[in-house]
Amino acid sequence: MDFTLSKEHEMARTLFRDFALNEVKPVAKEVDETEEFPAANVEKMQKLGFLGIPMPKEYGGQGCDTLAYAICVEELSKVCATTGVIVSAHTSLCAEPILKNGTEEQRRKFLVPLSNGQKLGAFGLTEPNAGTDAAGQQTKAVLDGDSYILNGSKIFITNGKEADIYVIFAMTDKSKGTRGISAFIVEKGTPGFTFGTKEKKMGIRGSATYELIFTDCRIPKENLLGAEGKGFGIAMSTLDGGRIGIAAQALGIAAGALESTIAYVRERKQFGQAISKFQNTQFEIADMATKVEAARLLVYKAAMAKDSQKRFSVEAAMAKLYASEVAMEVTTKAVQLHGGYGYTREYEVERMMRDAKITEIYEGTSEVQRMVISASLL
Amino acid sequence: MKIIVCIKQVPNTNEVKLDPIKGTLIRDGVPSIMNPDDKAGLEAALTLKERYGGEVNVVSMGPPQADAVLREAMAMGADKAYLVTDRAFGGADTLATSTTLAAAVKKMEYDLIITGRQAIDGDTAQVGPQLAEHLNIPNVSYAEKIDLDGKTLVVQRQYEDRYHTVRVQMPCLLTALGEMNKPRYMTPGGIFDAYRKREVTIVTRADLDVEDEKIGLKGSPTRVVQSFPKSLKAAGVKEAALEPEEAANFIMEKLKEKFIF
Amino acid sequence: MNIQDYKGVFVFVQQVDSHISGVSYELLGKARELADTLNTEVGAILLGSNVEKLADNLAEYGADTVIVVDSEELKEYRTEPYAHSITSIVEKYKPEIILYGATAIGRDLAPRVSARLKAGLTADCTKLDIDEQTKGLRMTRPAFGGNIMATIISPEHRPQMATVRPGVMQRIAKRAGAKAKIEKPQIELTPNNKYVEVTQVVKKVVNKIDIMDAKILVSGGRGVGSKENFAILKGLADVLGAEVSCSRACVDAGWIEKDQQVGQTGKTVRPHVYFAVGISGAIQHLAGMEESDIIIAINKDPSAPIFDVADYGIVGDMNKIVPILTEKIKAEKAAKLGV
Repeated sequence: MDFTLSKEHEMARTLFRDFALNEVKPVAKEVDETEEFPAANVEKMQKLGFLGIPMPKEYGGQGCDTLAYAICVEELSKVCATTGVIVSAHTSLCAEPILKNGTEEQRRKFLVPLSNGQKLGAFGLTEPNAGTDAAGQQTKAVLDGDSYILNGSKIFITNGKEADIYVIFAMTDKSKGTRGISAFIVEKGTPGFTFGTKEKKMGIRGSATYELIFTDCRIPKENLLGAEGKGFGIAMSTLDGGRIGIAAQALGIAAGALESTIAYVRERKQFGQAISKFQNTQFEIADMATKVEAARLLVYKAAMAKDSQKRFSVEAAMAKLYASEVAMEVTTKAVQLHGGYGYTREYEVERMMRDAKITEIYEGTSEVQRMVISASLL
Repeated sequence: MKIIVCIKQVPNTNEVKLDPIKGTLIRDGVPSIMNPDDKAGLEAALTLKERYGGEVNVVSMGPPQADAVLREAMAMGADKAYLVTDRAFGGADTLATSTTLAAAVKKMEYDLIITGRQAIDGDTAQVGPQLAEHLNIPNVSYAEKIDLDGKTLVVQRQYEDRYHTVRVQMPCLLTALGEMNKPRYMTPGGIFDAYRKREVTIVTRADLDVEDEKIGLKGSPTRVVQSFPKSLKAAGVKEAALEPEEAANFIMEKLKEKFIF
Repeated sequence: MNIQDYKGVFVFVQQVDSHISGVSYELLGKARELADTLNTEVGAILLGSNVEKLADNLAEYGADTVIVVDSEELKEYRTEPYAHSITSIVEKYKPEIILYGATAIGRDLAPRVSARLKAGLTADCTKLDIDEQTKGLRMTRPAFGGNIMATIISPEHRPQMATVRPGVMQRIAKRAGAKAKIEKPQIELTPNNKYVEVTQVVKKVVNKIDIMDAKILVSGGRGVGSKENFAILKGLADVLGAEVSCSRACVDAGWIEKDQQVGQTGKTVRPHVYFAVGISGAIQHLAGMEESDIIIAINKDPSAPIFDVADYGIVGDMNKIVPILTEKIKAEKAAKLGV
């Protein structure tokens, strides 16, 4: 077993890191405070191909792999978790299901602009009464001639309003339960598709989180993604992949907080010496670094499993569960080691701690991950 | 237009630290990067290619690890890459380095050669003009803007207090200022292709028509006889009980001691 | 090559618009010292158009001989005619040492000459001395971004050539009325493919230097108190030829532009002298300036952390101290010019 990254992955990391430090970090604080979507940086990333990293070149992508994509999300999230989740939701939750389940025509029409950076993507599954219990979908799609008519609403949608292309789940046959759920591709601007409330969140505050509203929204029949009734399976396998992205985001937040804290404890003096000279600090840093590294190995392992076309649901669940809990723990300790300064918005660990919390919740709560993992064992 | 860009892999000197006790240079773990001025030169070349067509090939002289900067250059958009590497080239000063590079470049086609003004590890700014001399072509150093007018390049050449607009016939060599542009980022796909689909051509001693006495240590007229850390600062002086007038005098005295004015 | 044939310490005199650059006088001062040690003469190489009149100035600052090449082709600096002139001079006069200013001209000219002569060249020297045994030139220069110093020799080649950073060497006291021997070698300057054409000369009007390039920075912090008080710092900066920079607090307060901010979220600077005025010295600020060669801190608070990194710390009120200092420097400078 070789834990060394290939040279191309190392160089890709250098690229993502340089971009993150030069372009993203300088605005991260402002993005958090203004709660504004970092559109300028998203545009830069689109031009550089960051939004099509694992997608095949024939569909406008970069032809890299899931591991490179995970490293991208990690490096971005080290400095700005908002930027990390924008890439993650776009790639894993919108481009990926179209690649996996789309017809050639759908791939040409939707995947190419998603991968080459012309369009941004989002994913709509969650509803007010269908969160962890995704089977409780109330949005309905009714076939009417050459179109489906959508009615209902989705909440907490990442990249909402900013995205151009949405993968949306709706009931086509309520009587069949989860087998009555179908997936659709819906474009922004379709009559009857509007945006409701923008959520005010604890963290990842620059990420646009919107309610999507469908009122007699008529979409062409050919926008059905996969077969009718296959939507639940598509949603679940999409989330398996999405968890790698969120795990990478969580890893990035933890690693970023660790880096900040190491720099801080070396400089901060108390009792006449740098606080890094105190054993408590040293031991805390050692524990934080060990956990971050363990999280990294789990995340990369899940990404590599996906790349080798193996089953990766359990790997992804473990990576997401562990990395998100490490993110919460490490950022909390980071704030503690910063003392009073850490509680102020002057220092980025304050933001990181708020950003970390969501990673334990979205794309399957920690409890859901435990269900997935234990189900594979028991 | 055929452009050759010479690039050097350098330690990121911003991250070089001194061992506070021994006073020696800590080079372990210092990342290697593409020399910033060279990167600006590459960006200028890629921009010229976008505007006027042609190709941009990159050459680096260095140890086998310098492969990385050539892959980086390809990931930014360079066409072909050559690594000039051999133990026989070791220990070269700027003259022997430029002689070796000239021997390698002579085998290639070019209208324009761009080097960075200087490398951040040596800061000499010598290899560019020396290379031009060996190739018997004109050079313009400190280029901050490059345009093409037929077979002539129009270059904005920077000086401390002015710039010259200079017309220079191709083939020629320019040395690029890091400030002249903001180099593009690589693309992720470009990186993967650079490693998985592209090649770096290795150029060794045997490939070059050059006498042994002109390369490596033997071909180097200069020799480092001693190197030592910059003397560390003595503990500072703090004056807490001076009247403003005395304080001003104190500072004056120190400025004079250090020849500040 | 018979090394014994090479005698004399030569200086390439940089003139721009018939104005001799300061570094050339400094080099003459150093050349004088080296030549005295070697018991030889100082030669000044003066290239340009209509520049012979400058020869006396060079004599007064140390030149024994001035070698003048006067040609229309040398009016504006261009690499080829300058390099050709120098190599021709070397062939004729065989100097053992040639010094150039490490300027935008010297750093282009010297390497071209070195490659043509196959002679060694050491860049950006900060110290030059003569080896007692070999009588060779020892050239010391910083490397690795200034982290290390290296001493370099060129034992088997002549001339030994070095460029020297401006401001490093000292000019000698003016030898009023001194005259030099004038040499005017015949040098053919016939344009060829290597002659470039200078079509435009544009002098920089506004000269706001990037603080990262400034040799001296006068930097203010929260303790400066107001936007208006920055004029006090500007006054000091002006007399020293320095630039004004600041800490983050001043940018946040809207007193000064962001591009003048030093520190973690601003720029990292490494000037020769850094005045930290009313700057407490938060770690974020120190990260951006602690590599400065000389740090002079003025702060009211004796426990300000800036004093931990300052070479010279003054506990006191900047509003009182800085204006006095500015006046004193101004007076001293005026007195110097009067000499």
